[in-house]
Amino acid sequence: MDVKVKKVLSLAAIILGIAGVILALIMDFSGSENPLRGAILVIGGLMVLAGFYFLPSKNHKKIINVLFLFPLLLAFTVTVIIPFIFGVFYSLTDWNGIKFENFVGLQNYITMFTSNDYMYSVVITFIFSAINIVLVNVIAFSLALLCTSKIKGKNYYRAAFFVPNLIGGIVLGYVWQFIFNKVLTVLIPGSVSMLTDPNLALLAIIIVSSWQYSGYIMMIYVTGLQGVPKDVLEASAVDGADRLTTLFRIKMPLIANTFTICIFLTLINSFKQFDLNFAITNGAPSRILNGVSILSTELLALNIYKTAISKNQYALGQTKAVVFFIVLAIISLTQVAISKKREVEM
Amino acid sequence: MKAQNVASTKNVAIDEIPEGRKKIGIFLLEILAIALVLLFLFPFFLVLINSAKQSADIIISPLNMPEKWGQLFTNMNNVIHNQNFNYWKSFFSSLFITAVSLVLISLFSSMAAWILVRNKTKWSNFIFMTLVAAMIIPFQVVMLPLLSTFRELSDFIGIRMLTSYKGLIFAYIGFGGSMSVFIFHGFIKSIPYELEEAALIDGCTPEGTFFRILFPLLKPIQVTVLILNGVWIWNDFLLPSLMLGLNGKIKTLPIAVTSFVGSYVKQWDLILTAALLAMLPIIVLFIFAQKQIIRGMVEGAIK
Repeated sequence: MDVKVKKVLSLAAIILGIAGVILALIMDFSGSENPLRGAILVIGGLMVLAGFYFLPSKNHKKIINVLFLFPLLLAFTVTVIIPFIFGVFYSLTDWNGIKFENFVGLQNYITMFTSNDYMYSVVITFIFSAINIVLVNVIAFSLALLCTSKIKGKNYYRAAFFVPNLIGGIVLGYVWQFIFNKVLTVLIPGSVSMLTDPNLALLAIIIVSSWQYSGYIMMIYVTGLQGVPKDVLEASAVDGADRLTTLFRIKMPLIANTFTICIFLTLINSFKQFDLNFAITNGAPSRILNGVSILSTELLALNIYKTAISKNQYALGQTKAVVFFIVLAIISLTQVAISKKREVEM
Repeated sequence: MKAQNVASTKNVAIDEIPEGRKKIGIFLLEILAIALVLLFLFPFFLVLINSAKQSADIIISPLNMPEKWGQLFTNMNNVIHNQNFNYWKSFFSSLFITAVSLVLISLFSSMAAWILVRNKTKWSNFIFMTLVAAMIIPFQVVMLPLLSTFRELSDFIGIRMLTSYKGLIFAYIGFGGSMSVFIFHGFIKSIPYELEEAALIDGCTPEGTFFRILFPLLKPIQVTVLILNGVWIWNDFLLPSLMLGLNGKIKTLPIAVTSFVGSYVKQWDLILTAALLAMLPIIVLFIFAQKQIIRGMVEGAIK
């Protein structure tokens, strides 16, 4: 096609597109309920993009740069950046999920830190995470040793241990609720379900969470262990090191980095646990603390969800979420700092 | 001579444990491994056997084998035709959402990553750093304002963003984008620029260079990105439950199971069959693509 014709056509597309977008926006501001205004806006926008794409220009490379970045950054800005900024702001207001009327300063933060249910959630989330980290990593590392030993059919075992991690926490949670309520009570005659006791119910979530996550962490340890150089192992065998010495003095120090990755992955994963918590106990049973009844297995993520969605206290829920973010950010930055330090040492 | 010496000392070290005992050791380890596998997979076995029983039998003897396996198909039939579960509809909703999100995520983030790698400016650096930093933002801190942002956006542009496929897919591109760009970024950096330069000199347009030269080279890393995002989106509960609602028109599989459990608290025969039907697609997929799935998910974590 002739360059001039092409230029005219693309300019026309850009102008028409802009006109469409403006028309759609005018319809919006004038309160028109025309169902076509969304379509006009999108078609207008696409025409502008197409116009720029086909426009013969010396700056074609720059136009491509912008066009290639545009879709991803649009979605990212609208779903992550804007809600994040609003979220931090809403935590300082009396937001009710739709609009806010007053700026309340740090009032939400004070309410939050003086409320029993929240402080209780903080405590059990830390207990849950601590036990979970130890259990998951001990199980995963042991399985990894087993799956890198000289046994036959290692790949099948690895795949089997990995399976629970593929299924969503919601579905697994309901399955385990069944196991705790209907199977274990039959297996141990006369016993009551673990899920009716506040402490045992938390333990139940820990068991399922370790079961679900160990296979995944195991695979990372397997990758680490396979990376230990063969000649180092041979050298230690020549020097007469027995198996335990090889494990503690050679293998474990050599994969120190893998340990850091796995411990932090488990920490972040435990801290964010929601699906299993929601499906297995949904916070139940309640327990009496300081004369007040509170839900005994409500981890932080579930507490945030329930504050906003069930109790309709959006500003308070958002405040809890902001603190949740700060704690996770500190954990992640610590991890980055530790791995950086180790890289320098190596 | 020397080499022989080394070899003989090595043999001494290894032979310290007699051959027979070593074999017994490995045999014991194998038995341990099999026992552990059975223990790990036992919950799935329980789901399977109890999906083939009637409600009363499950309560009395959850550990017995079913009397008639035919009951499994009766239960499946009941679940599939159940108004609250509606298996095929939720299955195809989940499939549609996952597939479209995956195609768009991998396309848009590889495009963005390519621009960010090949243009070293203040801006590209800033954008990349923002994307990386956003990876530590937990979903909880954006989920509530996300709902109000999407609601207002829907009013503003006249396109329904909540309770619609397009809104949910758009959100998945936003949430999955940052990590995918990060993974592609690392990979594209390792591809020599000379390849693209040659194409450009031959008169290829920049976009042609990307789609004809670079995109085919991204295949191995595409697999990683697809698996990581795929497992996440397929199993995700919180985002769709907030955007679509638990009893809305569109239900993904995890939402269908949840709303089903909510309405039939005691009917374990149907709940377990529903769970079985929800797990089945991903287990079948895993049987065929084990290696790629495990490798993809582990690589994603280490990066």
